[in-house]
Amino acid sequence: MPAAFVPLNLAVGAARLSRFPAHLLWIAIGVAAMVLFVVFPICNLVVPATSALHISDYTVTLLGKIMCYAIVALAMDLIWGYTGILSLGHGLFFALGGYAMGMYLMRSIGREGVYQSDLPDFMVFLDWKAYPWYWSFTQHFWYCALLVVLVPGLLAFVFGYFAFRSRIKGVYFSIITQALTYAAMLFFFRNDTGFGGNNGFTDFKRILGFSITAPTTRMALFAITGAALLGFLLLGRAIVHSKLGRVLTAIRDAETRVMFSGYNPLYFKLFVWTLSAVICGIAGALYVPQVGIINPSEMSPANSIEIAIWTAVGGRGTLIGPVLGAAIVNLGKSWFTQALPEYWLFVLGLLFILVTLFLPRGVAGLWLKRRA
Amino acid sequence: MLLYLDTLIDRVAVASRWLVLLAMLLVATHAGGAVNPETIRDLALGEGDARASAIAAIVASGDPSALSLLQSMKDGDVKTTGDDRVYLIKGEEAVDLLTGKTVKPVPDNLDDLVINNRLRRELGMAIAALRLSSTERAARLAAARELQGGADEITLPAISAALAAETDAEIKNILALTQASVQLSSNDKATRLAAVRALAQSDSGSVKTLLLALLERKGGEYVERDAELRAEAERSLRAVEQRLSTGEMVGRVFSGISLGTILLLAALGLAITYGLMGVINMAHGELIMIGAYATYVVQNIFRQHFPGAFDAYLLCAIPVAFAVSAVVGMVLERTVIRFLYGRPLETLLATWGLSLILIQSVRTIFGAQNVQVENPSWMSGGVEIMTSVVLPWSRIAIIVFAGGVLALMWVLLSRTRLGLFVRAVTQNRGMASSLGVPTVRVDMLAFGLGSGIAGLAGCALSQIGNVGPDLGQSYIVDSFMVVVLGGVGQLAGTVYAALGLGVVNKFLEAWQGAVLAKIAVLVFIIIFIQKRPQGLFALKGRTVEA
Repeated sequence: MPAAFVPLNLAVGAARLSRFPAHLLWIAIGVAAMVLFVVFPICNLVVPATSALHISDYTVTLLGKIMCYAIVALAMDLIWGYTGILSLGHGLFFALGGYAMGMYLMRSIGREGVYQSDLPDFMVFLDWKAYPWYWSFTQHFWYCALLVVLVPGLLAFVFGYFAFRSRIKGVYFSIITQALTYAAMLFFFRNDTGFGGNNGFTDFKRILGFSITAPTTRMALFAITGAALLGFLLLGRAIVHSKLGRVLTAIRDAETRVMFSGYNPLYFKLFVWTLSAVICGIAGALYVPQVGIINPSEMSPANSIEIAIWTAVGGRGTLIGPVLGAAIVNLGKSWFTQALPEYWLFVLGLLFILVTLFLPRGVAGLWLKRRA
Repeated sequence: MLLYLDTLIDRVAVASRWLVLLAMLLVATHAGGAVNPETIRDLALGEGDARASAIAAIVASGDPSALSLLQSMKDGDVKTTGDDRVYLIKGEEAVDLLTGKTVKPVPDNLDDLVINNRLRRELGMAIAALRLSSTERAARLAAARELQGGADEITLPAISAALAAETDAEIKNILALTQASVQLSSNDKATRLAAVRALAQSDSGSVKTLLLALLERKGGEYVERDAELRAEAERSLRAVEQRLSTGEMVGRVFSGISLGTILLLAALGLAITYGLMGVINMAHGELIMIGAYATYVVQNIFRQHFPGAFDAYLLCAIPVAFAVSAVVGMVLERTVIRFLYGRPLETLLATWGLSLILIQSVRTIFGAQNVQVENPSWMSGGVEIMTSVVLPWSRIAIIVFAGGVLALMWVLLSRTRLGLFVRAVTQNRGMASSLGVPTVRVDMLAFGLGSGIAGLAGCALSQIGNVGPDLGQSYIVDSFMVVVLGGVGQLAGTVYAALGLGVVNKFLEAWQGAVLAKIAVLVFIIIFIQKRPQGLFALKGRTVEA
């Protein structure tokens, strides 16, 4: 990348506009950390269930889940909001991270499965006698943690390299990412693939020796997820405010002109695409122990396209937007699917339409407009 | 009498079927117009072997009146009072089969005959064997087919006689093979050799099993001792296998083309909305689904109000499905999509939202369960081109239908004013507008046309698959793949891509299973797009991307 870091003075209005004043930012992060690491643990674990201040396990799990989604939406924002590449396959990276973690969790069940075998129940069911080669070392947490990063990262790198090299972009790229996650879903649905087929992985017992259902474990996972979210927000901020980030925005707004200025967009795109996939994988790995299940439906095209709407609702091209969007859409979803289950698809469909027609910069855009 | 009949059959083996009928008539008169009472007694009350030989005698007699006797016995209408009396029950009265007298009222101490599975099977075969001398071709063909599965020594003489008299090539072929497979277990070496040779003409899987049995080994020794026979069997086996694999190939190509036309139908509408207009319509699958539901509604109306014309409902459903989907499409274009022209990613998301709303609406109106769409009677059944290969009429109809839709679309786009306008707007919107082309209306009509064709696809799909709210979802990825592979803005490319994908998919399926085949095709397309981002048939020209 010889020409990569030559200063480039493009008008990056969007990035400027969304720059949050630094002192406010640190205050906000401090407050968020207080809430995540102090208020929640106390209200959930210490305050008795009868008190009005008690936060139920259900709420903790729901918010933990939503924070995972927020991380995914943030990853989507980096690639779509800032670089202008709409991926309809991010659910695949999320699920791959989840499956990598799931492999470790399956191994930690030990002989406590229904068949009391060293192998997971689904393998006993298939009459397999030993773990297939790709399950080797998965009993070690560090190895699976490595897989969480490497598998989505490598897949994204290889796929992205070929796609960006042949300058596939726009809708073409979206459609082939959708085909990719669809193909992967079909592949994981097969029983012979060795990942539990339809049912995926479930019935986990423990993680790193701690019981996975214990309130303290749940709270720890919740806090780690929160820390990850804050960390990725800061990472995202560092990226979009760097020169690298400006080139990304320039690629989004006028890719041809970036090329004419002597930059090769390939490496920039490839970097942010791979990073985005890795972040998704980590989010998936945090998601699985909290939710307790991972199956191929996470890879369905519909799931991936929903990620895009989280980002769009919140406001792409801003960092806080995707977090807001993921929270709004998923809180809405969990409320609707309980109260008015048959109306949720109408609401979601309308969200897709109204946001694209009337709110191109999302909820965060409204706030920015008022400030401007 | 058996001996006499044997010689008689030998003698007429070369004569025409009329001679046989005449001879049978003679035999019948000779036997006194009915089956011999002794035989009936053996058949009804005898032990296993006596019954078998009674059936053999009846089959050998070829007596038409025996047919109804066997049939009523199989149906359980022949009963006994236990004292050597056998009655045929006909409603209020009974006929004493041994004396021929009618008894009224029916004796009250009747017992059912003991008919075990073996006897039931033999009765069935005997009935089929007797039917072989029917004068109706369809009855003979049905009988011959039935015998194919279970002929044995008893029915063999009847089959041989019928074979000699048969003039129809198809029936003759079936009978010859059946005869040969029975003769395989004969004691005479020459007969067996001839039988093995005759079996070489077969194209059925069961014959292959028969021949394989001849070549079986047990503990290093051939079960069949005769080396000459084994060699002949091997030769015949090769011929049969050859024919079987040809049949398999034909069947696979056909199902590939069938899948291809289905993909084509699903993708043709998309070729207009996406290929020509550049609108990414993720709700395309749902327009297909709406066409299928329109067909379902038309079917219900016909069933309720015009049950006599039920077979014609499909003809009425075709324009209705087109119209309903076209109107829905035009409404979508007017209300949502037109605001997003030139913003493909936003269009993609908004139309995805539309598809969710359409799915949920259909679920609310028709329920989440699949609905039943029945084929008209002329669509059931199929053409049998080989024993192992049957081409269903419904699939053939869809192939023809897809061809028709394609032709219509071609005419519309290249030979009408609207088509000219659509092409003009596609190529240069500003110029077309300056020359007075109403671009806004053309956009709407073109989108309506693409949506209407999706409706036609839904009408066709309702005939071969499940109709449910999720119908469209399963086609959307596939149909985009077809359009992308074929090249944007190219009808010919869409056709080649659809048929090619269909055939390749079916061949991979036979080799690696359905799921892996699908994955392989998707991966192939992903790789292919890397190499030729413009699709198979890219428009040549110098365009600058925005």
